[in-house]
Amino acid sequence: METKIDFTLNGQQVSVTTDPLRRLLDVIREDFGLTGTKEGCGEGECGACSVLKDGKIITTCMVPIGAVGGSDIVTIDGLKETEQGKTIIEAFADGGAVQCGFCIPGMVMAAEDLLRSNPHPSEDEIRKGISGNICRCTGYDLIVESIALASERGDGLW
Amino acid sequence: MAKMPIETAVRRSDAIAKASGTQKYLSDMTFEGMLYSRMVRSSIPRGIIKNIEVPSLPEGYYFISHKDIPPEGKNELWMIAKDWKCFAENEVRYVGETIGLLVGPDRNVLANLLDDLIITYEEHEPAISIEEGLACKGGAFVNDTNIFCELEIKTGDEMDEVFNRADRVFEETYRTGFQEHVHLETNSVACVQEDDAFVIYASAQCPFYIRKSIAGLLNIPYDKIIVRQTTTGGAFGGKEHFPDVLAGPLLVAVNTIGKPIQMVFDRSEDMEFSVKRHPSRTIIKTALDDKGAILGMDIDVVYNVGGYLSCSFVVLQRGVFHATGCYGIPSTRIHGRGVATNTFPSDAFRGFGAPQTLFAIERHMDHLANFLGRDPLELRNEYLLKKGSLTNTNGHVYEEVKLPEMIKQITDASDYWRKAKEYGRGTGKGIGIALYNHGGAFTGNGEQMIIKGHARLHKHSDGTVDILVGSTEMGQGFQTALRKIAAQVLDLDLHMINYDNPDTSKVPDSGPTAASRSTMIVGKLVERAALLMKKRYDSEEDFHVEVEYEHPEGFPWDQNTFQGDAYLGYGWGAAVVEVEVDALTSEVETKGIWVSHDVGHPIDELLIRGQVNGGVIQSLGYASMEKMENKKGYFKQNSMSDYIIPTSMDFPKMESFLVDNPYEFGPFGAKGMGELVFNGADAAFCEAVSRAIDRRICEIPIPPETIVELEIHGN
Repeated sequence: METKIDFTLNGQQVSVTTDPLRRLLDVIREDFGLTGTKEGCGEGECGACSVLKDGKIITTCMVPIGAVGGSDIVTIDGLKETEQGKTIIEAFADGGAVQCGFCIPGMVMAAEDLLRSNPHPSEDEIRKGISGNICRCTGYDLIVESIALASERGDGLW
Repeated sequence: MAKMPIETAVRRSDAIAKASGTQKYLSDMTFEGMLYSRMVRSSIPRGIIKNIEVPSLPEGYYFISHKDIPPEGKNELWMIAKDWKCFAENEVRYVGETIGLLVGPDRNVLANLLDDLIITYEEHEPAISIEEGLACKGGAFVNDTNIFCELEIKTGDEMDEVFNRADRVFEETYRTGFQEHVHLETNSVACVQEDDAFVIYASAQCPFYIRKSIAGLLNIPYDKIIVRQTTTGGAFGGKEHFPDVLAGPLLVAVNTIGKPIQMVFDRSEDMEFSVKRHPSRTIIKTALDDKGAILGMDIDVVYNVGGYLSCSFVVLQRGVFHATGCYGIPSTRIHGRGVATNTFPSDAFRGFGAPQTLFAIERHMDHLANFLGRDPLELRNEYLLKKGSLTNTNGHVYEEVKLPEMIKQITDASDYWRKAKEYGRGTGKGIGIALYNHGGAFTGNGEQMIIKGHARLHKHSDGTVDILVGSTEMGQGFQTALRKIAAQVLDLDLHMINYDNPDTSKVPDSGPTAASRSTMIVGKLVERAALLMKKRYDSEEDFHVEVEYEHPEGFPWDQNTFQGDAYLGYGWGAAVVEVEVDALTSEVETKGIWVSHDVGHPIDELLIRGQVNGGVIQSLGYASMEKMENKKGYFKQNSMSDYIIPTSMDFPKMESFLVDNPYEFGPFGAKGMGELVFNGADAAFCEAVSRAIDRRICEIPIPPETIVELEIHGN
């Protein structure tokens, strides 16, 4: 049964009338065309589909749109327009964090989530902070270093 | 402005678009009127299809099978061998074999139709393991013997004579398991009609391979199929031939239906129904004289090929040619066989057959040293290949082998010698070392005889230059490396050089993106083309230059006897891994990783570091946690929660060194390295664990449950 669901998406009030059991991931990608959020595993394991829901990181493949009413959702397509998002993205580019790139939007979201709660994380804290995001290309070292670089460059942003 | 040295890191040209999510991958693309498709697959490992009961299809839905291949077409995919069919007709050889496609506009409806489609079979007894395949369990289904492919190479004295002379013999058997690629982007292909051609959009490594593989299905000329590579979210060999298995059925379906069709695997399909790394069994028997010197090695290699041959003979050849690793052994006999089983066909995976035999020889050297009461590194040092050494195909090592320098780098950095002495066997702490190499580019004279790659550069009137090659970016940084090479030669800013994902109607065929050949071979073509362009750059406005591969003089090779120089040059590697094993849980904590590589001269230090880190961690995953079992024909692991790959918490930051050793025939001295970096950390990890628990480890992966069993039951 279709239901009308209102929520905030990247700062805009939006409304969607759909099956409330559809995955937030599909609504973001198909109804709003925001394809920056990727599907990696479809079972909440890899973190490629991560977004912020009311400031907390979630995997959108595991969340039905019906549970999103009234929430504030920020995806990579929104985050990339912010100073914080730009700082992380630039640091990822300079630090060699990006290879095939498929996991990276989710990694950027995880980095944002981490830096919000801990603006100056240690290496161990960064490793823990991105442990819900799987990358098959990099072996993580350069992602970890790039998040440290973002933290340094964006001092005061978070 | 002074030119920067080529190795100085630059920002990758694709990084910002990928990190900000604006880069489109295939699943982000739609085409007008696009339909979706689901594969209908065999649900049994071996048998005969008796009946396919297709449910009544709503309007706009289709079932496509071999019956839709036009009479002039052939139901085969040309993947080196031509035995793998596009659609099973009668016989099925593995679980997941393509039988048909369901096509239509709504994915939920397709899923329901798939549930309602009933196939009945006459089931036959399958052969799953290497031993079952060799024993022809259920009757042979290939060549009366189940042996798909076989080769033998020899050096030095006859083996019987060598073993007659031997004072002692040391023999062990080594095994490696399946490994799944787990590229974060699953296999994804779409097919649309454009004018009088079919356009394949594919997340793929080798656009020209796809074209060649599927054109015969409709019996149409190659130029009626245009392959456009879409930005590829990881591949590692898993998208070398396998995209053909999606593109073939889609081509037949689009030819029948006349609308664009997309196929994107979900993760469980991508794990359960895709190619894997070949499981292997390697038996090494070493003849020793009375002083413990190695007289010869007799090596028997068997790879589990699965249901169809596809590229496995080439994989097996690489395995055989790497079976003596970095060592010069006076007399050798290496026998390799690829055995047919009823598992999903094994195919390319980073290393392409080399990691399995390198694992075996490295474990053998460790255990042999222990058998002789010697230090494993000291034993290795005695037999290291050097410039001028004979290889196991009676060819030569042409380059200076810098392993001694590399070993010093990592043994110093890791404090190897102190730790090796201090950590007694069975103390829970261990440190291990492994050495490895990887032959660059296609085997023997394949670059000349099989590929003959081309590269073209086009200068526009605004001064910008397009690089036109069929080689692909899949994450490894190739497009950035190529742009750097062209920019450096032409003395232009990087932003003046363009490279787009290849489109087979616009670029020349520079060969597959495989075999660690892209920078080494195609990069060299681009360097040569740029040198030609440079002479005309200032005086001409709009022109192009094209070059063809030229094989260096020397390097004799006979592909019939497998004698001569199997490779033009080798990358070399050395890894030290240190571990602690938890006394209670047997979980392994990796305390340190030190690696050194000879990649010739690096094209970009940061790209190289990315490749090294990623390859080494994949290798450590292969050794430790990546367990994929096949029971009765079915993979037991089909999701990322039960097939575990490394996270950021599993391994510590590694220390990585390079030695500079410019390669004469590579661009700016670069040679292949994308696979090399996978080839040895697994063995070093096993040796470290082996010392920590004082048990021999001859098989990977070794998850904690295996370590517990070893600790309790011994070897």
